[in-house]
This record gives sequence, C-alpha cells and structure tokens, in this order.
Amino acid sequence: MALHLKMDERDDCDRLDAMAQKIIGTPIDRPEGALKVAGRARYALDMLPAGACHGVLVRATVAKGKLSSVDKDAVMALPGVRAVIADERLLRNPAQGMAGEAPVQGVSDVAYFGQLVALVVADSFEQARHGAQRLKLTLSSDPDVVVRPDDPAADLESPDDQKSEMGDLGRAMVDAAFSIDETYTTPPHASAAMEPHASIAEWSGEKLTLHGSYQMLPFNRSELADALGIDEGNVRILAPYVGGGFGSKLGISQEAVAAAIAAKELGVPVAVAMSRQQVFEGIMRRSETRQRIRLAAGEDGVLTGIGHEAWVSNLPDETFAEPVTQATPFLYQGAHRLIGQHIARVHRTCAGSVRAPGEAVGLTALEIAMDELAEISGIDPLELRLRNIPDKDPTEGIPFSSNKLSEALKVGAEKFGWSERSGTPGTRREGEWLVGMGMASAARVNMLIESKARVTLTGDGVARIESDMTDIGTGTYAVLSQIAGEMLGLPIDHVDVHLGDTDLPRGSGSGGSFGAASNGTAVFLACEDIRNQLCEKLGCDPESLTLKDGHAISGNQRLPFSEILQGTDLVGEGHVEPGKTEEAVRQATFGSYFAEVGVNAVTGETRLRRMLGVFSAGRILNEKTARSQCLGGMTFGIGMALLEELIHDDRDGHIVNRDLAEYHLPVNADVSGLEVVLLDERDGWANPLHAKGIGELGICGAAASIVNAIHNATGVRVRDLPATLDKVLEGLPPLS
Amino acid sequence: MIPFDYQRAASAAEATGLARDGATFIAGGTNLLDLMKLEVMAPSRLVDINRLDLGGIEDTTGGGLRIGALVRNSDLAGDPRVRSSYPVLARALLAGASGQLRNKATTGGNLLQRTRCYYFYDTAMPCNKREPGSGCQAIGGATRLHAIFGTSDHCIATHPSDMAVAMRALDASIEIEDSAGNRRSVAISEFYRLPGTTPHIETVLKPGELITAVLLPPPGGTRQAYRKVRDRASYAFALVSVAGVVEMADGRMKRVALAFGGVGPQPWRNAEVEALLEGKAPSAELFEQAAGLLVAKARTQAGNAFKVPLLQRVLSATLNELTKG
Repeated sequence: MALHLKMDERDDCDRLDAMAQKIIGTPIDRPEGALKVAGRARYALDMLPAGACHGVLVRATVAKGKLSSVDKDAVMALPGVRAVIADERLLRNPAQGMAGEAPVQGVSDVAYFGQLVALVVADSFEQARHGAQRLKLTLSSDPDVVVRPDDPAADLESPDDQKSEMGDLGRAMVDAAFSIDETYTTPPHASAAMEPHASIAEWSGEKLTLHGSYQMLPFNRSELADALGIDEGNVRILAPYVGGGFGSKLGISQEAVAAAIAAKELGVPVAVAMSRQQVFEGIMRRSETRQRIRLAAGEDGVLTGIGHEAWVSNLPDETFAEPVTQATPFLYQGAHRLIGQHIARVHRTCAGSVRAPGEAVGLTALEIAMDELAEISGIDPLELRLRNIPDKDPTEGIPFSSNKLSEALKVGAEKFGWSERSGTPGTRREGEWLVGMGMASAARVNMLIESKARVTLTGDGVARIESDMTDIGTGTYAVLSQIAGEMLGLPIDHVDVHLGDTDLPRGSGSGGSFGAASNGTAVFLACEDIRNQLCEKLGCDPESLTLKDGHAISGNQRLPFSEILQGTDLVGEGHVEPGKTEEAVRQATFGSYFAEVGVNAVTGETRLRRMLGVFSAGRILNEKTARSQCLGGMTFGIGMALLEELIHDDRDGHIVNRDLAEYHLPVNADVSGLEVVLLDERDGWANPLHAKGIGELGICGAAASIVNAIHNATGVRVRDLPATLDKVLEGLPPLS
Repeated sequence: MIPFDYQRAASAAEATGLARDGATFIAGGTNLLDLMKLEVMAPSRLVDINRLDLGGIEDTTGGGLRIGALVRNSDLAGDPRVRSSYPVLARALLAGASGQLRNKATTGGNLLQRTRCYYFYDTAMPCNKREPGSGCQAIGGATRLHAIFGTSDHCIATHPSDMAVAMRALDASIEIEDSAGNRRSVAISEFYRLPGTTPHIETVLKPGELITAVLLPPPGGTRQAYRKVRDRASYAFALVSVAGVVEMADGRMKRVALAFGGVGPQPWRNAEVEALLEGKAPSAELFEQAAGLLVAKARTQAGNAFKVPLLQRVLSATLNELTKG
C-alpha cells in the first residue's frame, strides 16, 4: 500500500514537530562519514572488477570541423591495447539536467575544442593513456567558426518565453529620483567536483550495469539507454557515493557511453575516468554572462522599476540557457519591470547547470547594482533592501509561501556589527590594508520534484530506506535517516539507508537543491504508511500513536516493535508529486550576507576577513549538514567574487586554464571567518516536511557582498568579475 | 606517458654517467611527473638521485652556507641559519607551493622547475619551449602569468620559482658536477639563459651535468624582505614578487640587491636600478624613480600589462619597508 501525495494544498499538520524521537534537525554526524574519511566508501572507480580493461578518451583539437578518420592500426599495435572506439554513438557533450534522453551524438562533427571523439582501451590504465596520446586523428578545421560570445557574427537568439515586461520601465527610469543603468559581466565557471566523471560498464547478456558518478539516476538510466539504443529496463546504474556534482553530473556524460560501447565490444568490463583536463573541456561550464541592470527609485529609495537583461552563450541547438534573471521577478518591489535573455551560439564547451544556475550570477549582479543605488541615494545598503521587500510576488501577484528576507537582513546586520561600517568608502585603514564591509540579499527559487521511496520496518525493529536517490556529498544519508527515525520512533543507528541504485524506487535525484525535500517527503510518506499499518495492528488511530525508541505507545500500552511485528516486516511506500502549490504561491528561500574584506593598498589584493550568512529555508533537517552546505556555497561566493574564471582563448575558444592549479578555487587561506546562522522557519506550502532547498542558497548573491565590501574599502566599483587585483589596482590612489 | 627506463644512482659519478641520451634526473619529481603524464616532457630514462649524499646544509669557511641539492624546501625554510641570516630565502620558500609539495621538492629541482605557461602544458598548442620551432601561442593569447622582461618573439614564459628569486638577490652560486667528476661553480646570474631563439634551453647546464649544491655568500649586515603578490592567499604562482636585500650605512643605502619573480624568464635583476639607489638616502621620490627605471623596458601583452604598475608599487613598498627606521 503506497501513500501518494500531490502537493495541491498547504500542509497544516506539521507532523514532524509532533513526533517524539526529537532527532529531526539535530546536527548528527553523517552515518557514512566514517567510511568516507577512512577511504572505505567505494566510489565508481573503486568497484573495478577482476579482468576489467581501462579506457582513456581522446579529444579533438579544433573548434569546429570534421573527424574524417582515426588511425586505429598504429595504436592497436601498442602493447596492451585492446580496442580503439570511434563510434557515432559517443556523446558530443553530457546530457542537460533531467533530459531523460541522449544528448547530441555523432562525434565526427566536432563542435568545440576538446570534444571527446574516441576511446582507447587497454589492459592497464597506463597503456590506454599512452595509446590515447598516440592516436592520430584526421580532422578538418572549419574556418567559419564563432568562438566569442561578443563576436558580431554570432547567432543571437532572444526567446520570447524568456522575455517579460510590466508597465513602462523607460518611463520609470526617466521619472526616477535615483537610477542605475550599468552592465556587469561574469566569466564562465567550471564545476570542478573532486571526483572526476568516471564509469565502469559491465554487460551480462543484454543487461548493462554501470558504476557511475551521477546525480540523477532515473534520468541517467534513460539517457544511457537512449544513447546506446537499448531498452532502459536493461540498464542498471549504481552510484551509492558521489564525490561532488555541482550540476556537472546531472546528465549522463561521455565516459559512461564510451565505457558501455567498449565493454560490449570486448566482452569485458571497461572502466573510463576522465582526466581533470577532460572534465574542464568536456563537461558543462557555466556560461559567461553580460547583464544590463536598470534600477529606478524614488527619493526614499523605494524601487519603481527593475530591468534585468542577460546575454549568455551555448553551443548551437543546446536548449539550456543560464537562467540569470530567475530571482529578479520576485526579490524586490517595483511596478515597472523588464526581463530579457539573449543566447549567443558559440563553439565553446557546452554550457549547462553549474552551482545554482541563474541566481548565482544573476543575483550577484543585481545585488551589486543595489549597492550602487544605495551609494548614489545615500541610503544605507541594508535599509535600502528593507524598504524594498515586497509583500507579495510583484510579478505574479501571488503571495509568498514564506519570506524571511527582512528577518535575515536584520539578524545578520545585528550579529555582524553592520552599524560599525563607515558610509564613506576608503576611510578605514589598518597599515597597508584598506578595510570595508559589504552586504547582499540571498534568494533562490524552491522546487519539488516527483519522488518515490520505500521504507521497511523489519521484524527486529530496524528501518530500511530504499531509493535510487543520490548523496553527492550533501548529507542525504543523514537527513533521510533523521526523517525516518523521527517518524518511526527509532534511534539513528536503527535506520539503514540504501541509495544510488536504479533497481530501487525512483527518487528525485540530487539537483537544484530539491533532493532533501523531495526525496525526504517520499520517505516521510512511506513512514506514514508504516504508521498507519501499525495503527491497524494496534487498533488505535494515528493521532493517539506515539513512536519512540523502538516502541509504540498508545493509550496505556507500550510495546516494542519486535513484539508487534512478530518477525514480519512492514513495508511502506511513499510517492510525492508537485501540485497546485507550485502556482498558488511563490516559493523561495531567502537570506543575507555580510562580508568584511581587506584590500591591500599597494597591490590591490583582496583578502576576506570574515563573512556571515543568514539563511531561511523552511525546516532545517540537519543543522550540521545544512550549515556545511551554506559554508560551501559561501566559499563558492568567495571564488566567484575574487578568483574563479574559466579562460577561453579568443582565437580558437579552447579552455586555457583546464586544471586546478590555474583555475583558482579558494584555498583554506582564502576562507576565513565564515559563520552561518539558520533561521527557524516552517513552510507548509512546500511539502509536509515544511523544509525547502538549502544546497544552493548560500551561493546566490554571496559574491556581491564581497565585491560591495571592496567598494566600501576602496571606492573602486568592480563590475567585471572576478575582482582580481588588476581591476582593483586601476582605481587605487598612488602610494603616498 | 611515454615508457621510460628508471635507474637509481648510488653516486654522483654514476648519476652523471647515466644521464645521457635523453635521460633526466629525478629528485622530488613534483613538477617532472606531472609533465611526463601530460607528455610535455618525455625523458628516455629517469636517473633517481634521491640516494645521493647531497642532503646537508653546511657552513662554509667564508661565512656563508652550502646547501645540498637534495635539501627539501621545507627543511631549508626551517633551518635556523637560513631563518636568522637569510630570511628572504626562508620567506620565499614558504611563499611557494604547499606544505606537502615543499616536503618533497628539492633545492636543485626547484631551480630547474619548468614554466607554468598554459600553452606549454597543452600539447595541442604550439610552444617553442616544448617543441622547438613550433611557434608561441601564448603571444596574443591568455597572458596573465607571462613575462614582461627578457622575452623574445619566440617565448614570453616566466620562471615560476620563488626560491630562485631570493637566491638571485642573495648572489647565490650553483655548484655543478659533470660526468668526469669535475665540479664548477656558476653564479646564479649566469645560470639561466634568456629565451632568444632557443627557449627550450633554459640554463647553462650541459647534458649529464648535475647540480650538487647552492652556495650562499655571507649575509653581511643586511635587511631582507620577500614580497609575493598573487591572486589567492596561498598555492598560486607569483604575479609579481620582489626579493630585496639592503645594507644601510649612515642613513644611506650602501648596498642594494633586488630580484623579481613572475616578470621574467629567469629571476630578474636590474643593475641600473640598484646603482641608482646605492649610496643615496631613501625617499619616496627616489623609489618612484627606481620603479620607473625598472619598468622602462617592459614589453607587455594585453593580459599582463597590469604587472607594470603593480611591480612599481610593490618595489616602492618593499624598499620603503627595507629602509625605514
């Protein structure tokens, strides 16, 4: 018997708060944490079966052209080499998130520099790599190629469904007491997950088993089957541990299909791992963005108009476009609004979802613009935001499910000591360091994705959770354990979680911050199902049943589960689907950032001194893993503000800095004084857990607080991220 | 990676004897192994010198230090004599790489590390340093890391070492042994070659020659500083760096040695700048004049033009720090 919920109306029960175990929300350690730190959690490539061969992918080194031949013979003659695969089923690029079908195949049409076009398979990894480095490709290079998004020859699409207009922004700008009309740019970003994309493919007759590193297994299974032209019922994907995703593992990627083709051809398991450089070149990048932002405000700083137009890029025919303006329609008020998006078609590495697509870069630019508005209007940046929080979604005219932006701003300002900030830039100096403070709002849309889970309460009083959901380092094992433990009255060590196997019930997958709430709701419903079955056995109604420490308490009886179940199992199934609450209310998460930086007056180097994030995302399922997500997000914000930039060579579009030595992510020394405050909130419009997505919230707008702090420290306004020292240096006064 | 032979040498004579026909010495291997995996370097043989007796730091009769070629960067940075008498060297070492890398990397290897030019690392790109005669793709490309001094139309790469910059300011010399067992000493100013038309030839070392030690002259009564400017707080190569060694007498700069990293194909020095400063009393105007002289002959690309004002500011600030009080 399955419990099904379509989220058509607000949940007012708030069941979790009524439960007795009191472990939901607590900062428990990850159940699998010890395995991970001891190296005993087995990731995709750790599953190497005896007799497996190794494959190494080979790239094309033209931006656009045709692969006419592959000199297999020379490489086949090398020691250990077993096969050279140049197959038209190989993928041009990974599938976009939730595509559920193969991405573009047919790799002989080369569409970007670094496209992976062949696989060399050998007995050992070293032999395969040697063969791959020897493989001669015959490639033509098409001189008629556009690699720069700002090349006037680039095809530019301006989709109507990404355009919206309310009122008359032009008029509002003219009438405004204060207005901002500026252009901001952000560079392309890489996901840079610690575990590179890696798969082992093994066939048994027509059945394919893939050990992979993926975020969205049900979709990945469909994509893999479609790419291979086989029935998806013959495909099983296993990914119990995933070493980071950040969007880069939403869709099936090149190595999986290559491994499957090779394994079929050779009749042995084949392992293929992408090198770091191949991940940079072959896996999704975040598009660079150019954003024109217009803000119109009255004397009191109250916004009358907001315009946000974005220019992004992608390969020809790719459907994904960085949703830059996603939070702009609802974050601040203003009657006159304009949103637009333009996509340049360029021959660069495919653009896709990377770390909070949309808000990460879009809100960052908007929040720098707000700082500029604060500057010209003479209104404190905090106060300016407080004056502009709308009481309902100003674009859709619907209420917010919950909006704690005001509280997040006030709590953050108080805790950070915002009142200590000097309103005049460049006035606080400590030795060589100019010190400044900046702040920004955080916002991210909230999503619910259809999800199923099965929970079995075994005769000996242990709950087993089963789903093809993934834990990409985010804490899924922990939060699902807590939900089941709370609902079934079990201590955490009496809950086993089995994830990452497509043979298990179809979950939401991990992406868009929706995993914990979506899959967690499915687990919650499965537990409700079990509770109902226990009530039947005990002859009581659900309201009078208390489950705690492995016992059922009803009326004057307290029985251990083992006694009730008599050695049999109870199986509960949960199934949640999004419904009318998606449209009835605006669901989003909110927060605030406060940053203090030192900018070196000699060199322009910016070093973060401290940073606070305050976040509201409904119920916090696990205070520790939620905090870790926010710390990670803020760290990405530091990177976005100061360091990260995927550099394309303008001549052929190739990625120049394709490793972690030269693609600069923050190191420990860059991440100092981070603090996170999580606000207490319940949001029954979201789901019966009253929890919302938190994974990406900490990125959205974070960089703006740092860039705004640089302005406060120096008076230098950086509108082209990252704010590397050369951009700050230009505006610094001469040395005295 | 191209298959290669591996031989462990028991003596310097054996090592130099084995180092022929495309062989390369390996010590820490922190740079070499990466380059071999990428096939940027493809030695026919690795001659492992880690077991040679080249590990100590000794006082010299002249009052300086003799640093064995196999002394690890961490050990050198932590040596009490280096910390007290050659702080510019200790600071430069600690500004480089990461703790793990410094534990592995050696003094000789650090001197010989290869450039971090993006185009050198990508075998699909033309690069005169990697493949003589193929061209330089860095020119006109992404050049944030690249040199503004000493470049040629064939190469604009920098030498990435921090340690070598400090050694250049300290007037170190490099002790070299050839396959006949002869030892000679080469001033660090003569050790590196400018790229010219042969950027693949980076030093005066001849095939088979082994660095056995670095010799530091006595420190004298000097003030020392190393300042490194980089994009992130740690684990990044210098955009520019300055090693300064100044001896003051009667309120004047008696002796000045300044070496610069991140700006040249070798740790860079400019004798005219030092001559301008020597014998004069420190002042902001003088430092500005020196900084202007330093960059007068800079040749920049679009991506590294910022190094000119940056270097001037860093030089002035470093001189100020070295001469105040």
